[in-house]
Amino acid sequence: MPQTEPPVPEGDAPSKASFWYDPKVRAVFYQIIALAMVGMLAYYLMSNTMANLERQAIATGFEFLEKQASFEIGESLISYTAADSYAKALVVGALNTLLVAFIGVVLTIILGTFLGIARLSSNWLVSKLAAIYIEVFQDIPVLLQLFFWYAFFYEMLPGPRQAINLFEGVFVCNRGLIFGIPAAHPAWKYIGIAFIVGCAAVYLLRRWAHQRQDRTGQIFPLVRVAAAILIGLPLITWWLAGAPTAMDVPELKGFNFTGGVSVSPEFTALLLGLVLYTAAFVAEVVRAGIQSVSKGQTEAAMSIGLKPGQVLNLVILPQALRVIIPPLTSQMLNLTKNSSLAVAIGYPDFVSVAGTTINQTGQAIEGVALIMAVYLIFSLSTSAFMNWYNKKMKLVER
Amino acid sequence: MEDTRLPNTSVDDIRPPRTSIGAIGWLKANLFNSWFNSLLTLAILFLFYQIIPPFIRWAFIDSLWTSTGKECLAADGACWSIIPANFRFIMFGFYPYEEQWRPAIAIVLLVGLLIFSQYRRNWKKYLFYIWLAGLVIMGVLMKGGILGLTPVETTQWGGLPLTLLLSVFGLTAAYPLGIVLALGRQSRLPAIRSLCVVYIELIRGVPLISLLFMSSVVFPLFLPEGVSLNAILRAQVAIILFTAAYIAEVVRGGLQGMSRGQYEAAEAIGLNYVQTMRLIILPQALKIVIPPSVSILISAFKDTSLVVIIALYDLLKTTQSILGDPRWMGFSAEAYLFVAMIYFICCFYMSNFSRKLERELDTGL
Repeated sequence: MPQTEPPVPEGDAPSKASFWYDPKVRAVFYQIIALAMVGMLAYYLMSNTMANLERQAIATGFEFLEKQASFEIGESLISYTAADSYAKALVVGALNTLLVAFIGVVLTIILGTFLGIARLSSNWLVSKLAAIYIEVFQDIPVLLQLFFWYAFFYEMLPGPRQAINLFEGVFVCNRGLIFGIPAAHPAWKYIGIAFIVGCAAVYLLRRWAHQRQDRTGQIFPLVRVAAAILIGLPLITWWLAGAPTAMDVPELKGFNFTGGVSVSPEFTALLLGLVLYTAAFVAEVVRAGIQSVSKGQTEAAMSIGLKPGQVLNLVILPQALRVIIPPLTSQMLNLTKNSSLAVAIGYPDFVSVAGTTINQTGQAIEGVALIMAVYLIFSLSTSAFMNWYNKKMKLVER
Repeated sequence: MEDTRLPNTSVDDIRPPRTSIGAIGWLKANLFNSWFNSLLTLAILFLFYQIIPPFIRWAFIDSLWTSTGKECLAADGACWSIIPANFRFIMFGFYPYEEQWRPAIAIVLLVGLLIFSQYRRNWKKYLFYIWLAGLVIMGVLMKGGILGLTPVETTQWGGLPLTLLLSVFGLTAAYPLGIVLALGRQSRLPAIRSLCVVYIELIRGVPLISLLFMSSVVFPLFLPEGVSLNAILRAQVAIILFTAAYIAEVVRGGLQGMSRGQYEAAEAIGLNYVQTMRLIILPQALKIVIPPSVSILISAFKDTSLVVIIALYDLLKTTQSILGDPRWMGFSAEAYLFVAMIYFICCFYMSNFSRKLERELDTGL
């Protein structure tokens, strides 16, 4: 700022800070010191590690991934045997983590939204029950909850012979959750394709409807048409394929069930614990989001003649979601990270498989690095999504 | 002037109808204000009727409080006897039996300190010294070796004291580190800022369990030959490193809450960076972040239960090992409910405190 500088007397040099008092020099100096300290710490740890590894004759590197794993994994989405490599075992673990995280996220959002709305209910009993649920489940460590549900399956539920029949064709016993599915039939594949085609059609329809609304102001009954497409298309396919109704229901044979699909107690306990715990946090997020939209918004929207459905869709939800989505994403990430507790109840997730690998090969550094890398990929991709979303949803100020 | 009141009625007589005040009015307004809510209320009451009486019968009427595990197997109700019969082990783990009064006093001291520091009139400089003294006394009580106390190896520590020490020591040690990281992240110097950002994002991106794994299998490799840290200390280091990243983010929130004018005013009166931070910015920023810091203490308290996975005998692990005892096998529900209650009481107390503090500190700025 040359204008504000005091006039310098003729002949005198401008009062320049001496070399060591120049802020720029100091900044560089401090940064060099910081980097040097971190570098020295890293070097010290590295040299210790190298010396230790040499002494214990442990080879470094990721060659062990190609060796035979020679341990069984209880549950796997892809075919896996003990003769496969460690790399494949780790892939099985990662897929198991993704599976439990995906189902967990879907169920958590449903239960959390339900609880969040219940918390705001005008019914005193409903609101208080939701509040108690939220407080209790937030305040108990998730690991303890997992242990409880695990014990619940193995100790408190009866054996297959006395299995509890929840609904028609759904059984719960100490072997897990067993339920019937439609029997294999080629039609189901086409129905799946029909559903995906329906989703694509709805997406295109939505874009077209929005563009038309922007152009002409005419509103297209999107929800009803979309529901008709999503339900109708698979239904017609089902009917055209000869309407298969055969079910593969579980039946008690000897000491266990045959038929149907059975979900292991470990998986069910893990899912139950994670969902019930995280839903309590999601409920608070949803409640805060709904409360963040002031009542005046609803009243204003109604006063310009919008219908209740439109008020919700065009005024309330866009504003509430802007508040809800960021903390919701971080809760989903928490659920994914907490799914690593599977190792404590014996569900073969990524951490559990990596732990076994570390124990068998002694490749501790590589194993822990792999665990961290996998979870970092999850978190970094989530935060990339969040940045994209925040940019997209940023208030357009006019 | 014309009297608009109804004839022959005094003000006293015009009261709200009996059905809109008192208990009936409350019921109508809060439980039966629409057909949907009425239905909901009835459904919930029916559910209560289905669940509560059997639960009370199980937990209180048919339950056993002082018996052996064998007698429990024959009974229909809850076997609470598992708690009194193993109370000392659940609470103190493998700490020598005759010396267990020492961790007991340490717990009382810690809880007393926590309760003492929740009153804002005690938030003076001396509180810091009281805490320092308290933590030293607790350390001496637990460890022994001086003042005629029998030394107790840290490997024998367990139960509730271990849970409390890991979380409270963890938070205390992580706080300064977290502040430094937060300041680093706000720094104008690119090298320091990127170091802090990488550290914070790296730690926040991975689960605590991966750090605990690291503490149990990788830390020993980091140390020079002949030096070894025991498992509890290594886990403590992992918890500190983990918590610090979360504290850094909370403190950063406080720093960002400071208005630009505060920095400019400090610069204008000629304070340097350290003085600006120590005298102007941090005192205000840290005040804002007290409530979220209590939330971090709550998470740290719950998260210490993860040390079960690396086989440290904290409160949860001692309970689990009782359940592995053939004499007490099969009473998981009772034991876990008891431990859950301990965790719940502590966390509920703290979260209530944090909410109260938030209201009090909210000066409307």
